Amino acid sequence: MSEALSTALALLIGLDSKLVEIVLLSLRVSLSAVVIAALLGLPLGAAIAVGRFRGRQAVIVVLNALMGLPPVVVGLLVYLLLSRAGPLGALGILFTPSAMVFAQSILILPIVAALSRQAIEDAWREYEEQLRSLGAGRLSAALTLLWDTRFSLLTTILAGFGRAAAEVGAVMIVGGNIDGVTRVMTTAIALETSKGDLPLALGLGMILIAIVIAVNAAAHLTRELAQRRYG
Amino acid sequence: MSNGAILPLRLADVSFAAGGRTIIDRVSLEIETGPSTIILGANGAGKSVLMRLMHGLLRPSSGRIDWNAPERPGAPRKQAMVFQRPVMLRRSAYANVAYALKIAGIPEPQRGALVREALESVGLSHLARRSARVLSGGEQQRLALARAWALHPEVLFLDEPTASLDPSATREIESVIKAFDAAGTKVVMATHNLGQARRLGDEILFINQGRLVECAPVEQFFSKPQSTQAAAFIKGELPWT
Amino acid sequence: MVLLAAFPVRAQDKFIVVASTTSTEQSGLFDHILPVFRKKTGIRVRVVALGTGQALDLARRGDADVVFVHARSAEEKFLAEGHGVRRFDVMYNDFVLIGPKSDPAKVSGGRDILEGLRKVKAASAPFVSRGDRSGTHIAELELWKLAGMDIAAEKGPWYRDTGQGMGPALNTAAAMNAYILSDRGTWLSFKNRGELSIAVEGDQRLFNQYGIMLVNPLKHPNAKRDLGQAFVDWIISPEGQKAIAAYKIGGEQLFFPNAK
Repeated sequence: MSEALSTALALLIGLDSKLVEIVLLSLRVSLSAVVIAALLGLPLGAAIAVGRFRGRQAVIVVLNALMGLPPVVVGLLVYLLLSRAGPLGALGILFTPSAMVFAQSILILPIVAALSRQAIEDAWREYEEQLRSLGAGRLSAALTLLWDTRFSLLTTILAGFGRAAAEVGAVMIVGGNIDGVTRVMTTAIALETSKGDLPLALGLGMILIAIVIAVNAAAHLTRELAQRRYG
Repeated sequence: MSNGAILPLRLADVSFAAGGRTIIDRVSLEIETGPSTIILGANGAGKSVLMRLMHGLLRPSSGRIDWNAPERPGAPRKQAMVFQRPVMLRRSAYANVAYALKIAGIPEPQRGALVREALESVGLSHLARRSARVLSGGEQQRLALARAWALHPEVLFLDEPTASLDPSATREIESVIKAFDAAGTKVVMATHNLGQARRLGDEILFINQGRLVECAPVEQFFSKPQSTQAAAFIKGELPWT
Repeated sequence: MVLLAAFPVRAQDKFIVVASTTSTEQSGLFDHILPVFRKKTGIRVRVVALGTGQALDLARRGDADVVFVHARSAEEKFLAEGHGVRRFDVMYNDFVLIGPKSDPAKVSGGRDILEGLRKVKAASAPFVSRGDRSGTHIAELELWKLAGMDIAAEKGPWYRDTGQGMGPALNTAAAMNAYILSDRGTWLSFKNRGELSIAVEGDQRLFNQYGIMLVNPLKHPNAKRDLGQAFVDWIISPEGQKAIAAYKIGGEQLFFPNAK
């Protein structure tokens, strides 16, 4: 075990090219997914927070429930969509990083939308009277709140990124864990562990943990900074 | 052709009920240009709800609320309201006032001068770049006044604006309100503070348990109250509702 | 469109998707032979490694261009359904019965796999099965049948049906000190052996044949016919066969080419 650990550290320090390739791909996939989820999810969350429509409560409940979508299930559904035999097969993106981004975007979209909805609705409760008094319509209010809650929203986005970077079920199924093409940190760890080959798995595991910690630290710092500077 | 003045405001038999309770009970009154009007009453009398009905944040359950000229949607509002607790965006003091102008549709090049004038009028020019939410309670309330004032509204509603402030901050706010009144803005203020009503008001509308009980010029109200409730309130004897 | 921008597709990138098995991939064979193929033809081979059953299903849905698995009966069925063009023998290796040092079933050193399996069952010794319709799993089931046992009906709690690939199943067996049927290739490259070692080997019935098939472009028009055919041709050519034979772990050859 300690031999595996020291080999892992050697790989890390020496910036083993295989390791670097895998880490960079993981970051590209999860960052792309989080960008897409934010572009779609933040406006969605704001619209639900500020809107008044029939079935609003039901929408909120469903959105919150979708946060708990098991990644393997998302992977399976996206696979069926992207398979040649499926409706989007013509896109030809199965077993490519694009499919992984697609699946992870679907996975974290509910998280971004549900958490932003909560943050914006809390702010709306505080601001509604004042904004309506100033003459702001719902759309204008939603945009104002999106900017005003920007620090909470950043924390939400970081949470989404953390979830994407750490999942293995979806990217395994739609990516196929192809060496040099769709092998990311989590799928590589799964593979190397199953082969009983620990050094690379350990090295990747340490990086993954470091990334998760960094993301959480960033979220914490954001909250602290915002509170102190903006109140 | 009306000059677009929104006053006078007429309430006819206005009632408001919520949660099975009648909060405002058949109130009829008229708000005219000129003298500052104080909505006076104990806590729970219905002052805040009445203010919100007049400002348009609430709709009456029955009765009519009519302004002289209807506000055009999309045009800058001619009435503004300052609440008991100021609500500021996570931006600088300057930006908060500018935001109100932006919502009103004032073009960007014209906003700067209006913001500076408004901040000046409440004595906050030196804090323009400070983040609004870290200002003190009194400073934030002055900022709220500046924000309301920046559009030079015809009517300024104030819902217990100093209830959360200490005496020195209260004095600052009151002097700003007096200045706005002197400049021609119609001031309609809700308060339960007798001294404040006397200092700032020209006429008193006394509300008790959702009903308009008495309406009189300020000196007459305090020296010769017509109703028993008003007399009891002035003496400080009104029971909690 | 964000997806395409983030991951630009280079038009001149020639690649095929080959559905193969986890045991083949984990043996390290592909890391050894695919670069040779790429150097010769410029075609990149993307291997999606699953169990044999899943690999064939993947191809049935048209998501692969070539299948390269080791379960003759399943491959014949695939052909009969019209999903493949033609089947070629590629190479063989053998299965081995792995067991714990303590050898509760007393099979160690034996050369008769059927006798070995009977003894394992008689001793109710822990036995890990792949359970995933892989080539190895199919072979295991056929061996139980040959030994005269209906394992599905007669198994007890000693028989652990895990539904895992070869590597994870070996991990499980090592942790449980259980017997397990494995292909020699995965076993040789497996590093987490614990107290396991080879118990029974060398029986003719442990022979494990690999076959390759081009996915039928008539049934799956998106399959890359020419590139896929190039791979099939190369694998059964003398050059491909030589590359397979050259792959060794610790000096030991894993796969024995036998294309005709």
